[in-house]
Amino acid sequence: MERVDEIKKFSKDLRKKILHTAFLAGSASAHIGGALSIADLISVLFKYQIKNFTKKKNRDRFILSKGHACLAYYCALNLIGSISDKELETFEKDNSNLAGHPVKNRDIGIDFSNGSLGMGLSIGIGLSIASRKKNDDYNVYVVLGDGECNEGSVWEAAMSAPKFQLKNLYAIIDKNNFQQTGSNKEIMDLGNLSAKWKSFGWEVLEIDGHDIFKIKSCFDKSNSFDKPKLILANTIKGKGFSLTENNNEWHHAILTEKKYNDAIREIETKDGN
Amino acid sequence: MEINEKNIKLWSSIGPRATFGLSMLDLIKKYNDLMILTCDVSTSAGLDRFRKQYPDNYLDLGIAEQNLIGVAAGLASEKFKVVTTTFAPFQAIRCCEQIKVNLGYMKEKITMVGLASGLVLGNLGFTHCCIEDVGILRSIPNLKIISPSDSLETIKAVEASLNDQSSCYIRLTGGSNNPIINKKDYDFKIGKSILLNEGKDILIISAGSILNECIEVAEILKNENLSSTIINMHTIKPLDEEAIIKHAKNKKLIVTIEEHNIIGGLGSAVAETISKDSKTSKLLRLGVQDNYSKSGSYKYLKKINRLVPEKIIEDIKKNL
Repeated sequence: MERVDEIKKFSKDLRKKILHTAFLAGSASAHIGGALSIADLISVLFKYQIKNFTKKKNRDRFILSKGHACLAYYCALNLIGSISDKELETFEKDNSNLAGHPVKNRDIGIDFSNGSLGMGLSIGIGLSIASRKKNDDYNVYVVLGDGECNEGSVWEAAMSAPKFQLKNLYAIIDKNNFQQTGSNKEIMDLGNLSAKWKSFGWEVLEIDGHDIFKIKSCFDKSNSFDKPKLILANTIKGKGFSLTENNNEWHHAILTEKKYNDAIREIETKDGN
Repeated sequence: MEINEKNIKLWSSIGPRATFGLSMLDLIKKYNDLMILTCDVSTSAGLDRFRKQYPDNYLDLGIAEQNLIGVAAGLASEKFKVVTTTFAPFQAIRCCEQIKVNLGYMKEKITMVGLASGLVLGNLGFTHCCIEDVGILRSIPNLKIISPSDSLETIKAVEASLNDQSSCYIRLTGGSNNPIINKKDYDFKIGKSILLNEGKDILIISAGSILNECIEVAEILKNENLSSTIINMHTIKPLDEEAIIKHAKNKKLIVTIEEHNIIGGLGSAVAETISKDSKTSKLLRLGVQDNYSKSGSYKYLKKINRLVPEKIIEDIKKNL
């Protein structure tokens, strides 16, 4: 349980960082909803599951295919020491390394540029095949959005991973039920995602994407499956601050000082998650 | 593969696609980190032997080109030498944004081979012809575009591309019994054009198998006391601007001839270059005149697009 508590603390710090960085971005505006919905998943990945991330050898690979949620990624990199506070404050500023979507920068832990949806999983498949060819023991983690699964290219990739029997490949879907201009149901109904991925030949594990203990346990037991793994994480868009939760106006929005302070106060007073 | 007269004839008879496949059997012996990725086209790419002999170095992604480029980029980022291949429109256009993001923006390095570009698949209609690939890909930074003139140049281009820092698109034109442009071994460098003929009146700049028609044009014009310089501009990006500027002065006419739309391709690239120099001569851009014609044989399509020697000569004379 000690590990779970550590991850919970990381997750709380991550949410505060996300909101702080969004606040500093000011009128540039930031993708807040989707960053908060993956905060717990990212916390388990970066605080527990991904191994040797800041090292050169046997380093697990990570791709944020839903690149617009980059605040969660940048802030996690900040919390593990890859991005300084000073650099993080340049988010979305002129000439920054930290644009509104991740830009490849191996020095700070961003292996690939993302932002145009539906591209990350294919790259992950390439990395996963490469690990086998090179006898390099690493896992590949790709985080996708549910809205992103509208893209046909996601399904091209979904079809091919089982063919190559990529058991070190994890696709994690942040199923927050919203996309840019409405709910999934309104814009493009995804139907039963779990059944769809299963039928494509993936080992599907469905979890509460905000329960740190369950996310961790899911990764722990996933090692035993020989197929590529799809973790379908049920999440709440904007999770952690009552104003932003399930409120799609916060997909991409400006966080004022007052709202920022309200959010921090609310997060501080909550016990864990 | 030994470059000699016999092999050059053989490669010419089997055409650039099959020659590409054959060259892979050679290159795998040299580069054991070579990976070939295709989309259900091993036969069309002359890769059936490779597929059987080197299954560990061959991946078929099925008919899914967007995934092809992403998987290739992932492998390339782990330092594999990656060659992707499928028919030109599917290789260059279907997955254009994957090319932009993975190869242009992120600079992951792969070699893309676009099969049967231009008009050679004319019987199959314009879904399979490709007159847009150069125009589209030329607008993406950090990509190189090579259009080999014959089978020998295809072999040279593929190996040069494997060793280049940037991603390259190799545009294969012409079919089997492809004319020989390069009769013996020569030095091939990406970005360095080749002078095939030197004359004072007309400058012909071309690339791909259509160079054969350009040579015929020059021979016919010579009998009419018009001498031509012919440049094999095998690399369309980066363009050998130095060679163009050098030869574009004091000519009666500059002509670009390409198996591509006249918008966006070699002709446009040359126009961009000569516009930098006020002393160059008038430019005539020959190629597909921004339309999709009815389908038909390669020979027929070249004829109706005025890419046969007699029509090219008519157009040149009209503009002298």
